[in-house]
Amino acid sequence: MPEQKLLMTEAQMDKTIQGMAQKIVDDGLQEAVLVGIKTRGVPLAHWLSRHLAQITRKTPKVGELDINLYRDDLSEVAEQPVVNKTEIPFDVSACGIVLVDDVLYTGRTIRAALDALIDFGRPKFVKLAVLVDRGWRELPIQAEYTGKRIETKADEVIKVMLQETDGKNEVLLKEHFSKR
Amino acid sequence: MSLSQRHILSVNDLTQKDVALILKTAENLEEIAHRPVKKVPALRGKLIGLCFFENSTRTRSSFEVAAKRLSADTLSISTGGSSIAKGETLLDTIKNIEAMQPDLLVVRHASSGVPQFLSKQVACPVINAGDGSHEHPTQALLDLMTILKEKKKIKGLHVAIIGDILNSRVARSNMILLKKMGAKVSVAGPATMIPAEVEQYGVEVAHDIKKIIPKADVIMMLRIQREREADGLFPSLREYARFFGLNRETMRHAKKDAVILHPGPVNRGVEISAEVADGPHSVILDQVSNGVAVRMALLYLMCGVKQMSF
Repeated sequence: MPEQKLLMTEAQMDKTIQGMAQKIVDDGLQEAVLVGIKTRGVPLAHWLSRHLAQITRKTPKVGELDINLYRDDLSEVAEQPVVNKTEIPFDVSACGIVLVDDVLYTGRTIRAALDALIDFGRPKFVKLAVLVDRGWRELPIQAEYTGKRIETKADEVIKVMLQETDGKNEVLLKEHFSKR
Repeated sequence: MSLSQRHILSVNDLTQKDVALILKTAENLEEIAHRPVKKVPALRGKLIGLCFFENSTRTRSSFEVAAKRLSADTLSISTGGSSIAKGETLLDTIKNIEAMQPDLLVVRHASSGVPQFLSKQVACPVINAGDGSHEHPTQALLDLMTILKEKKKIKGLHVAIIGDILNSRVARSNMILLKKMGAKVSVAGPATMIPAEVEQYGVEVAHDIKKIIPKADVIMMLRIQREREADGLFPSLREYARFFGLNRETMRHAKKDAVILHPGPVNRGVEISAEVADGPHSVILDQVSNGVAVRMALLYLMCGVKQMSF
């Protein structure tokens, strides 16, 4: 069995996300809309929006973005990634946007998400919120709102599990199978 | 996920899983048509060859738009303006196009089997965009997507295909694909236009459209090729319209929620009256929009990957 370590429990995740919501409000960005990056950024964006609603009594709109058509490795991957539905139910040009994802790693997903967003209009601004920043950036991208920052080895995997996608809420650090 | 087939030559080759993947991808790509910037970079740098050795407006422009929405480049050749008119052989033409390094070829030809033949001669994947009276797989896929969007299911639906079944590649591809996906299919048309061995497709045959229209959830009208009149397959367009045309009178027998499909181009007043073609049951223009989405899905699934496993 590969070793795995519990990084965050559901309660810790909730407290972290609450803290992120508070910081967004403190920065005066409560009017911003949230855009979750599929798959796990979407339930996280909804989680964040619930905390924002508790603070401001107004639920921010949440969009869903699939970035597969914008990946920079499409000509290299062995199998074509499955395209999921993108739903942006608001005019991007009229909004400030907080992009939400589970793990910030190389930064390539965020690069793709920025390109995708721009095709929907010209947002007033785009900020980034991630639950975990594990380092190892390959592009000049940083998050404004980071739940937890941790040092990782290259062969480790951060697994954010969410009720909607995995049946429970927790964050694990795993050793990569193929390296064993 | 990827398709089980490298080429799309016949709907016979597609598994149910392939069909599900194509339709799901098409459904998720559809939204791109409604964005301010109707384009994604997925196939940037890919070259799609559109080889139409037979006239086409709809299918050709549909493939062209599909390629452009995915940022692929297109190279178009057609019979009229090409060296074919100057006597170059089909194989020479294709070999010349292949020398320009296309990543995928879309082929239409008046002779059955040409896309199959060419797929063995070139290194890239080939999509059959209609070959003779054989098949038109992308039309059947877009029809399936249209039906699925309207009816939310395929299994158990009753689909009536009416017209020149004998010469129609649209009918053949649809019969095979609809049966594969669990629909019940009836065909109707003049006896001279029903192929002798049509039962092999597992379809029911009728010569009186009034018998099948009341049962049909989906009515698929085929274009009557006017030149068939000279072949003696039916006495006159007027008589054809009277017995096999869809109009207000025949639609009186149809189910309230029946939908009407037509692959185009429509002969108004022959196989379908203008009133019905533009009426509430008609989804003819939805077919065109869905056609772009289905072709985008195929281009994405077929030329986005390195073809190393083949």
